[in-house]
Amino acid sequence: MGDYLSQTWELAREYDVLGAFWVNIQLTFWAAILSLVLGTALALMRISPVPSLRWAGTAYVNVFRNTPLTIIMTFMVLGLWGQLQVTLAPDFAGNFFRLAVIGLAVYHAAFVCESIRSGVNTVPIGQAEAARAIGLPFLPAARLIILPQAFRGAIAPLGNTLIALLKNSTVAAAASVTTETSSLMKTMIEFNSNYIYGIFLTFAIGYVILVIPIGLLTTSLSTRLAVRR
Amino acid sequence: MSTQQSVLFDAPGPRARRVIMIGNVVGGIVVLGVAALVLLALGRKGQLDADLWTSLFTADAWQYYFIPGLQNTLRAAGFAIVGALVFGLVFGTGRLSQLRAVRVVSGIVVEFFRAVPVLLMMIFFYLLLGFNKVDDAPFLAVVFALVLYNGSVIAELVRSGVGNLPKGQGEAGLAIGLTPSQTLRSIQLPQALIAMLPALVSQLVVVLKDSALGQIITYNELLRAAQLFGVGNGNILQSLVLAAVIFIVINWLLTLVARWLSRFLSGRTAGATTTGPGIGNPTVVAGGPAEDAPAEAAAR
Repeated sequence: MGDYLSQTWELAREYDVLGAFWVNIQLTFWAAILSLVLGTALALMRISPVPSLRWAGTAYVNVFRNTPLTIIMTFMVLGLWGQLQVTLAPDFAGNFFRLAVIGLAVYHAAFVCESIRSGVNTVPIGQAEAARAIGLPFLPAARLIILPQAFRGAIAPLGNTLIALLKNSTVAAAASVTTETSSLMKTMIEFNSNYIYGIFLTFAIGYVILVIPIGLLTTSLSTRLAVRR
Repeated sequence: MSTQQSVLFDAPGPRARRVIMIGNVVGGIVVLGVAALVLLALGRKGQLDADLWTSLFTADAWQYYFIPGLQNTLRAAGFAIVGALVFGLVFGTGRLSQLRAVRVVSGIVVEFFRAVPVLLMMIFFYLLLGFNKVDDAPFLAVVFALVLYNGSVIAELVRSGVGNLPKGQGEAGLAIGLTPSQTLRSIQLPQALIAMLPALVSQLVVVLKDSALGQIITYNELLRAAQLFGVGNGNILQSLVLAAVIFIVINWLLTLVARWLSRFLSGRTAGATTTGPGIGNPTVVAGGPAEDAPAEAAAR
């Protein structure tokens, strides 16, 4: 038993498991920023007074929320890069990494949009009415009154989206990012099949360690920052 | 939402209507312009050639690629959602058990499988079953991974469904002399299950989407079939688009069913019927603010 553990530990060091997790964290970080920006814009569109913007926002969310992430990632590489020769970086690895980030961001923006909209739902009607009563047009009302409260109400669902994004960053394997965790786990098991349980548990526990603090943090933030009403 | 949406801005007057009109026209032009640019770029690369698209709608394409692929996707999703339901009921009630040990073990199992990426589990089962020379390893790996992940999500749905029932329901059961576990089984669970039906249908959307991960472990589902067809016919872009459209239509119909169920059932249970955001973590983190619950129910 102790031998098995130390052997697994040796393997983890030999194959640079931490480096693989670092790739996933980087994917998550950039995709989170991009999808937050895109998702906020989409949420604004969906609550705006302009019907065409509302329609476009709804269409975006319905399309990307219902498409498997794997298709989007495959499309990024085989379609965008393979067929249309879209290149975002001079080297292969950097190019696939950026394509994967964009694929992740495009997909999760739909969920960020819905999280923020559910945050908007927590803002009482009186707040919006008060904003209108003092003569604020839509955009200033959204910027000064609605969104600041909506973000506080949306922390828990946004946290869930972030957790999903971190776990979904493994799907970058479908976008030919070969240095991330799921690809490395596959390689490690294929070459060291005796240690299949130990290798899987190493990666699984790594994700548990990453996910649980995010959950705890967003739960405590959402209760601490909640608007007391 | 509809009442609140209208509250976010005044009913547009003549000037605002003009501005909105202009906004609509400008927005429309921008959307059309982007579409035109994309089409132009596609046209320059020769991706709009008619035969690239028409070959998708031949009998061969459907008979040998898309229909078997779709069948495999639906087969995996069907087995997975049934298994996940069983898993979820077992561990969801386990987390509500009177025995501390059962509660703790169920809690650990559920939290573990909720935190591990589905793809890691799929690859693990695929290799494990492959080493043991099991037939149909890709299919089983897809189903096992989906059952474990979605089962633990459903377990949380069961737990929160029982937790969201009015307190009086459980108290009434105890008051007429039922034991706590009898109360759970004959009073709380039936109502919680009805309340979570819409969320269950939403979870089916997650299962269907995640079944496409099977492509990575060579399970011959819709995405892989589309990819094989596209590589063989030199129209990978077009066949991926077709596969995506099939997924979007099925999932969109399921979302409509979930929404309809949520409205239909809301009068039939003391619990709140919600459909969940459908990203794979529909349950609120335990102890999170209650106002997240109507998130999707309010969305149209």
